[in-house]
Amino acid sequence: MGSLLGSRKSREILFQALVLSLVAALLVAMVMNTRASLEAQSLTTGFGFLERSTGWDFSFSVLPYSISDTYSKTILIGILNTLLLGFLGIFLATLIGIAIGLIRTSKNVLFSFLGTVYVETFRNVPLILQALFWYAILTHLPRPRSALSLGDAVFLSGRGLYFPVFNIALWSVAVMLAIFIAWLFFLPWLREQMNHSSAYHSIKKIGWLMLPVIMILIGYYARIPDTPLLDMPALKGLNFKGGMRMPPELSALVIAIALYGGAYIGEVVRAGLMSVPKGQIEAAFVNGLKPIHIFSRVRLPLAIRAVLPSLTNQYVQLMKATTIGIVIGFSDLFMIISTSINQSGQTLELLAILMGSFLVINLSIAFVMNSINEKIAIKGYEVKS
Amino acid sequence: MTASTYQLPPQSSFSRKVKDNFFASPFDCLVTLACAVFFVAIFYYIVDWAFISSIWSSEDEPLCKEASGACWSVIDARHRIIFFGLFPYEEHWRSTLACVVMVATIVASCVPWFWSTLKLSGLWIIGFGIFYFLMAGGVFGLSVITPERWGGLALTIFIFAAVSIIGMPLSIVLALGRRSKLPVIARLFGLFIDFFRSLPLLTILFTAAVITPFLLPGWLQGDKLYRVIAGFAIFFACYQAENIRAGLQAIPPGQDEAGLTLGLTYMQRVTRIQLPQAFRNSLPAIVNQFVITFKETSIVTIVGFFEILASGSAAFGTGKWTVYYIEVYVFIGAIYFIFVFSLSRYGAYLERKLRVGHG
Repeated sequence: MGSLLGSRKSREILFQALVLSLVAALLVAMVMNTRASLEAQSLTTGFGFLERSTGWDFSFSVLPYSISDTYSKTILIGILNTLLLGFLGIFLATLIGIAIGLIRTSKNVLFSFLGTVYVETFRNVPLILQALFWYAILTHLPRPRSALSLGDAVFLSGRGLYFPVFNIALWSVAVMLAIFIAWLFFLPWLREQMNHSSAYHSIKKIGWLMLPVIMILIGYYARIPDTPLLDMPALKGLNFKGGMRMPPELSALVIAIALYGGAYIGEVVRAGLMSVPKGQIEAAFVNGLKPIHIFSRVRLPLAIRAVLPSLTNQYVQLMKATTIGIVIGFSDLFMIISTSINQSGQTLELLAILMGSFLVINLSIAFVMNSINEKIAIKGYEVKS
Repeated sequence: MTASTYQLPPQSSFSRKVKDNFFASPFDCLVTLACAVFFVAIFYYIVDWAFISSIWSSEDEPLCKEASGACWSVIDARHRIIFFGLFPYEEHWRSTLACVVMVATIVASCVPWFWSTLKLSGLWIIGFGIFYFLMAGGVFGLSVITPERWGGLALTIFIFAAVSIIGMPLSIVLALGRRSKLPVIARLFGLFIDFFRSLPLLTILFTAAVITPFLLPGWLQGDKLYRVIAGFAIFFACYQAENIRAGLQAIPPGQDEAGLTLGLTYMQRVTRIQLPQAFRNSLPAIVNQFVITFKETSIVTIVGFFEILASGSAAFGTGKWTVYYIEVYVFIGAIYFIFVFSLSRYGAYLERKLRVGHG
């Protein structure tokens, strides 16, 4: 019996070793084949090309750029563009999704039907078609001369959306954001340290009051000299000058991702609200809580815990969906990489950068969401999703 | 006398239901009213735009500038481009028939009578075979038409069907591999699945179309269309494998152990005990993956295929039709909607039905 067991075990080990070496051989063969075909085209491998300048232009950048920038800077701009598009889209999609989830769980049948119509309309048409549709609409808006305007400060035309911005250096915005995020993380830590004492509450209050003051001071220090504080867009000749421009490519993608993602997140939120056990709500009712408090103190907190894993999933999906930006010419990471491949021929290296970047972005989203999930979990209460 | 002092329990009468659902409180009345006005306005606007004030025939195109509604003339004039792409004009009947056959196959596989491995695979091999030979020709005196000239709706349906027919068996293999008791095998399959799931579909299709010629020796490359379908199928299979795995994990371990004590082999346990229950457990998720896949076929337009989205853009790309982009997008959106909505309704129906079965 012992020898039989032993032989089965060794058979299993042998089989696994065989499979492993087969996979390894396959990978080696692929690498060798690639080497050979690259050599045939006399291309050098390696990441040295990242320091060469690109010499080609692209449509949109969050940072100032020129066509003589290096490949590494251009790729960085691509990553930032993707992140900007992804975060704008995900943020708006979450807002729409919460609204739709609430509408769909309303007791009023006609009202909840409104939510159903929204979800079925935007979920059943491909995202890429929706992006093309909004792009066509936005680029066919009136010319700058007859742009739609809001109080002569915000202008919407076929060239994009123009709005006023502060004339302050870019680094200060990053500093302000960092301070704000640090403060948000500092608060729960302090609460644990000080055991919810009244001193903690006064520190919290002072902190919230001080925050805008600090922001204004930083902004004042970082003012670009000899410019007015507010940079207003104004019509000069055939186009607008000044202010910030949100090009139609970006707007169309943000609208498409927000509406499409909103439909999916709405379904997630609805499922979360419905998953709260009836007994919890009845218990709250029996304890004399008002309907608004039943919602805000019992139903919503439990629903948030139920939806976080599927919400993470949706965020990752939406982040991946930003790659369709290329179809209307938005210079996201994918478009930058595919242009780089065309121009430099460094296929494998660029592909590795593309895949690695998405891996890092998606894992970061999952990491942040999972740590929130762990932080807010209630001991002994198992969440059904 | 005493009987009349008892209050009857509230009846769920029609008027009671109406009150609860629409007019429970004064605020509710307001919401109902606002929604009703909104729906009537939207309905009126859409009907007016699409049907009443619209122009239908392609000869009436000059009237479109005056009309406030849709100009369906562009669809009347260019629908063949949208549906068939660059397929030879006199062979359009073949493309139509192929689409009908494939749609019939998809509909038939929704009928529970077909739900056995033999019937389902038979149905799909026959349906897909007929579709392929109608499109490609070369038999029964049909002229040969190479895949480069396929386009429009037929190409969309071909990609969807091919991805499904390759991806489904592959997903079962991947799911079983990931649940293997041998640690190296389970890790390898897990790594493979997670790798493909972490990437956007577009990067995989792009790699398959543009980059695999570097990776594979010449005799393995094949046509660009088949490389893209292979990449798409692997992506689909990785997602579907996770759905099947969830279904496998929901099976109580006693089921498999019972099979083991009865002396069933691994293959027997997998095909007779595990897979049937796994499919039953995660059927809604599996159908949902098909729904998503149908929508995602539109992404192949980026790697240069002339499927319905690209052929639609071509339909309003020339001459006087350039201003009628909204009509074309709405038309294509409606085609996608019909397919995706009916599939997703079917998924929701299955979900309800299976929930009843489980009690």
